[in-house]
Amino acid sequence: MTSPVAGILSHGPSPKAPPRRSALGRTLLTAAALAAVMGLAGRVIELRPLELVRDVGNIGVFVKGYLHPSFAHLDEYAWQCVVTVCIALWGTLVAFVISVPLGLLGARNLSPHPVVYFAARRAMDVLRAVNEFVFALMFVTAVGLGPFAGMLALGIHTGGVLGKLLSETIENIDPGQVEGVAAVGADRLHVIAFGVVPQVLPNFLSYVLLRFESDIRSAAVIGMVGGGGIGFYLWDTIRSFKDGEAATVVLLIVAMVMCTDVISSRIRRAAI
Amino acid sequence: MATGAEAASGGPEPEAAGHSPRRHRSVITQQQDAASLGSDMSPASTVASPVVVLERVGRHFGAQVALRGVTACIRPGEFVAIIGRSGAGKTTLLRCLSRAIVPSEGAIRMGGYDLRPLRGAALRAHRARVGVIYQQFNLVRRLSVLDNVLVGRLPHLAGWRRYAALARAFDAAHREAALRCLDHVGLLSRAWQRTDTLSGGEQQRVAIAKLLAQEPRLILGDEPVASLDVINGAMVMDTLRRIASAAGLTVISTLHHVEYARRYADRVLGLRAGQVVFDGPPRGLDEAALRTIFGSVPDATENDLPLDRLAEPALATN
Repeated sequence: MTSPVAGILSHGPSPKAPPRRSALGRTLLTAAALAAVMGLAGRVIELRPLELVRDVGNIGVFVKGYLHPSFAHLDEYAWQCVVTVCIALWGTLVAFVISVPLGLLGARNLSPHPVVYFAARRAMDVLRAVNEFVFALMFVTAVGLGPFAGMLALGIHTGGVLGKLLSETIENIDPGQVEGVAAVGADRLHVIAFGVVPQVLPNFLSYVLLRFESDIRSAAVIGMVGGGGIGFYLWDTIRSFKDGEAATVVLLIVAMVMCTDVISSRIRRAAI
Repeated sequence: MATGAEAASGGPEPEAAGHSPRRHRSVITQQQDAASLGSDMSPASTVASPVVVLERVGRHFGAQVALRGVTACIRPGEFVAIIGRSGAGKTTLLRCLSRAIVPSEGAIRMGGYDLRPLRGAALRAHRARVGVIYQQFNLVRRLSVLDNVLVGRLPHLAGWRRYAALARAFDAAHREAALRCLDHVGLLSRAWQRTDTLSGGEQQRVAIAKLLAQEPRLILGDEPVASLDVINGAMVMDTLRRIASAAGLTVISTLHHVEYARRYADRVLGLRAGQVVFDGPPRGLDEAALRTIFGSVPDATENDLPLDRLAEPALATN
């Protein structure tokens, strides 16, 4: 039995689609260009994979030292992990507070003026471009060594990241729902509270928690530059070849990161 | 956030759960409107709506002309349907009236004031006086039904209440007004439900409750029933019509289907290529008039809307 559309499928001259450019040449060209760039970059970073193979014995010695963690200073390290979590908690809070105004002003559909939009965007770019370790070095000179400097550094950098995420979330909201609030003659703050916040809140909270997880990882090493927390002990034990101690610190950091990730992702799923 | 406990303890409010015996009684009749909800209306206005005068209104977007020389005087309480083909300028005209856009030429006056120079607080005051109902409802989908109705109360808040509302906290009087509006459209039992859990027809009725809560002086409809089925569409139009005639409000609405215009409008403005080519009562929409407006007699719109076969009780219930 012939299909009812058989006539359409087989009848008449074969259709002439517009000509299409061959993709193969372009793919090869792109691959060659990519290979050239990566080759040059490898030269720059002195990429010598053979040395890795040759020196595999050294790695064995290194690993062996780490197989016997020392628990002599466990309580001190555990406390420093608590300090690290507290740095991340407050750093994320500071980041949240910074990101809300920046994100609102840096969203194209909400910003009161293009100049304000531009300024907010560039401010967030600066905060994101400067690494938290650089900020930490600055704050250590400003407020002294310790967790406070580390917290400020984390907060400022993450504030730029969250602000950017918030402004992009706001730019993707449904404009109809905002119009529905603005159309009753509500003022700008009410339009934000009713038309914008309900639309962005679940996503933004999820971003905040994701950044908290990332802040835990950053806080775990920010002590290397004097920002307080477990990072200082990581740096100190590795640099002075106390392999057993360093192993303990690394284990604690791994445990801390895993725990906070699990808790945070649970909360994230519950929030959405 | 408005909580259930707050509302429940807030005095003699309509019961928010279950079937309400008051459902079909008009809550906002003309007298009650003035007494309980009309606190912000000027005392002189027993007929709520202002006269709307359009004088040679034109609007172009770049080189494209959307409206040309639209002149009309809309009397208070008229139910005006704007019909025409897609791209005829219906929505542009409506957006000029809500002052979402400014006409390129001509003037629109509402009551005593000209729409053109409105800015800032004056523009917001104009928007508060004009209630708009949209094809896509434009409710905040994640908010509760009641919170969406309370959005209509926002322009009526004064002093500290404006700031409390930022946390979605409203005092008992405003919440009661919102619950009354919700009761009026028969959705009181859905007050705490998230708005996007409602059907399209229910959401449009929530939008009408929000419109009531806004206490507008004029109602604009931007294809209010285009995304609803016939039963829900007729129910929404019935509700609009009832509210408008009870409160003496003008309704100006674009309508895709000629049948809706025939059934509900007092007056039809037919637009073609941005110009008014028909202005008269719906009974004047004969074949020749339709041909002038649409270029041909739109068979589809004649046949697929069995509005006349819908029984009135069927509309009132459900």
